[in-house]
Amino acid sequence: MTVLSVRNLQVAFGAVAPLSGVSFDVAKGETLGIVGESGSGKSLTAMAVMGLLPLAGGRITAGSITFDGQELTTLTEKAYRRLRGGRIGLITQNPMTSLDPLQCIGPQVDAVAVLHLGMTAREARARTVEILGTLRIPDPATICDRYPHQMSGGMKQRIVIAMALAADPDVLVADEPTTALDVTVQAQIIRLLDDLVKSRDLALILITHDMSVVAQTCDRVVVMYAGRAVEQGPVGDIFDAPQHPYTQALIGCIPRGLDDGARLTGIAGTVPTVLNYPPGCPFHPRCDRAEEVCASIVPELEPNATGAVACHLPGVAP
Amino acid sequence: MLLRYVFFRVLMLIPVSISISVVIFAIVHLLPGDPVDNLLRVGSSPADRAALVAKYGLDQPLVVQYVRWVLAMFQGDFGEAIVLRRPVADLIRDNLPYSLRLGAAAFAFSSIVGIALGTVSATTRNAVVEQFVRGFILLGSTVPGFWLALLLILAFAVQLQWFPVSGAKGWDALVLPVLTIGFGGVALVARVTRVALMDARREDFVTLLHAKGLPANTILFRHLMPHAMLPVVTILALRIGWILGGAVTVEFVFGRPGLGSLLIRALGQRDYPVVQGCLLMLALAVMLGTLIGDVAQAAMDPRVREAKT
Repeated sequence: MTVLSVRNLQVAFGAVAPLSGVSFDVAKGETLGIVGESGSGKSLTAMAVMGLLPLAGGRITAGSITFDGQELTTLTEKAYRRLRGGRIGLITQNPMTSLDPLQCIGPQVDAVAVLHLGMTAREARARTVEILGTLRIPDPATICDRYPHQMSGGMKQRIVIAMALAADPDVLVADEPTTALDVTVQAQIIRLLDDLVKSRDLALILITHDMSVVAQTCDRVVVMYAGRAVEQGPVGDIFDAPQHPYTQALIGCIPRGLDDGARLTGIAGTVPTVLNYPPGCPFHPRCDRAEEVCASIVPELEPNATGAVACHLPGVAP
Repeated sequence: MLLRYVFFRVLMLIPVSISISVVIFAIVHLLPGDPVDNLLRVGSSPADRAALVAKYGLDQPLVVQYVRWVLAMFQGDFGEAIVLRRPVADLIRDNLPYSLRLGAAAFAFSSIVGIALGTVSATTRNAVVEQFVRGFILLGSTVPGFWLALLLILAFAVQLQWFPVSGAKGWDALVLPVLTIGFGGVALVARVTRVALMDARREDFVTLLHAKGLPANTILFRHLMPHAMLPVVTILALRIGWILGGAVTVEFVFGRPGLGSLLIRALGQRDYPVVQGCLLMLALAVMLGTLIGDVAQAAMDPRVREAKT
């Protein structure tokens, strides 16, 4: 059952429009991956879903976000606050800086249950200890009295996850949750998130630039490029038969072992910055399939058998 | 952990105090001019002069004078004022309370009003209020105290006659000096608070606080303010010493007794023991201020507590 759906979302900062067309649905018990290079608008999408764009000075100019049948783009700040942390949790990128360094861990996590579940401080603490335990944090009761700087990055990211989970949300938005962690810890955190989706029937929006993380954990994928969703579909189809040349290029960047003699490829050129998005299909300057039409007309996201693709010349790579 | 920090921090004051005392002693003795000349009557003989020099120990080597001075101070003896002919300790005891009263009032005024103004200017969405506070900050940081003092005297003491022109009788005599010193202090504290709050708001963890669904006021008072107060506390602590010493001109303009006026008078008369005593008091105030600031920092920030010990 779909809990959150985003339709044709557009975001502007003043006259600049870094996000100009993102649509996706996510259902309970499902992990939706949002992938793309830096600057493709992944994090902005997360901020938009959390209703936190005004913090950065941005606003939603078109499109809709519905959560549990409720339109979020027109919600008052007060009503939005009840959802944030209550029914939609956020996990941010850098655990080293995402906790208040002046406060102990315990109170920072407790605050969520106090706020959203109306618990007393004592009840909230009991809940915090319990959640920290389920996240495999050793000795959770003492951890509560520790300060963030006394803990490792992986531990801190678990604390952040605990905060996101404290009010039993329906949706979890994880914005590059493993980017700042070292590789062994990355795997642990990804596995942890995967377990949580299954055990708590969560809808997880996993934003990442790491295609191998997507392959391991996601059910469906949205590929973003220059502020647009260019392709989406079930993870198997996207990996086996990508239709968009950008998706194909991204998958071409994944190392696949050494024995088949294949060369690891990159994508020529760079992502256009928001100030110089090209006309037409944003990918056409880097696309070897591009024709005249690509430079003038923006391709719409057209549904296909299992997903959707925004390309004038879709098709499996020759 | 905090106690440990305080202990080591206090220990560090010992070498600092020694250096300060040496510097004060040296500076005063390197100044040109001689107090003995002020004391001698017209027509005194060289023998009279020699007797006077010997009486105050000024014929001894500087090292001996220094050691005597320090040892005497430990017994509460700051020496005898050469020109004023009274024990320096008495002079300080008479004058210090006036400076403390003025300093404490000015300190309280500048912290409370400064923090409030800084917070308002950093959080308000009202452009007029923000511009007003910013203008005030600019004005307060640039207008010199002695000039402001004269203006205040002219307006509120001479024209309106709300407050006395000078002196230190009663609480109403405190108002204008406090405003004078406080004006610059308010501006400074407001500016630091404003910048620190705006910096704190840009920290990564603030996004997550909003994502937890906390109301803006909770975020401001429970998370942003403690962060913003770290630099503010440092500035305020440095001002403890500065206000006691910086009140010098203000005390003078308002004709108030106090450490500042005592120091200025003693400097004019080359009254070494008094100058030394006053400077020592001011240095002590700066040292104590810094100590209070550091300890407050450590109490507020767990990272500081652990870093230094």
